[in-house]
Amino acid sequence: MTTETTDTITIRFFARLREELGAEQLTVPAQPGLTTGQILAELARRGGPWAQLQGSQPVMIAVNQTMAKPSTAVQGGDEVAFFPPVTGG
Amino acid sequence: MISIQTEDFDPAAEYAELRDSGAGTGAIATFTGLVRDSGDMKGVTGLYLEHYPGMTEQVIGNLIETASSRWSVRKARVIHRVGRLALQDQIVFVGVCSAHREDAFAACQFIMDALKTSAPFWKKEITASGEHWVEQKESDVARSKTWE
Repeated sequence: MTTETTDTITIRFFARLREELGAEQLTVPAQPGLTTGQILAELARRGGPWAQLQGSQPVMIAVNQTMAKPSTAVQGGDEVAFFPPVTGG
Repeated sequence: MISIQTEDFDPAAEYAELRDSGAGTGAIATFTGLVRDSGDMKGVTGLYLEHYPGMTEQVIGNLIETASSRWSVRKARVIHRVGRLALQDQIVFVGVCSAHREDAFAACQFIMDALKTSAPFWKKEITASGEHWVEQKESDVARSKTWE
């Protein structure tokens, strides 16, 4: 049994998303049953460049540095990252 | 072993390290990727590379583990550079040593192909008229899928 040390979730953005949103990191309050998809939808409601989080371009999701899906549940202390499809190599 | 670094690397030194893996080694396959002058745009003068520290190393570590479960891998080495790179700079190195060439070739190519579509790196092309993020290629995704 672990005790949460924080009641917020850290959101990180990378590459094109980071630049277009003008945001590298932000925090949102943790809520029971919250999913990464719900966080995306909530952020997209800010409008402007944020609307692309639910646009036609794919957004990749990682939770605690492991690839995740919009249905992945998150809790306080988690690190959620949103980024464009990767292009290394 | 995995290195994400801004500094250049020496393929000869990496080869020597791989070769120093015991008498059972019969094959070493290496791949080195270079920055070229055309990608999404023509007239590319350089690249800028970003990564997700921590996650990148973890993903590549998993790829090496997967490769080692599918082929006989005695040693594997991945180096990926980040930051600002000039034309013809070395950007990525994958080296695998194995008892046999089939395993060395396959594991090396698998790691490279899978890295391109699953490791969190993002490339930005720099041209005389500005900078833009590179879009993921369908062909890279298709190549990576052939290993599934």
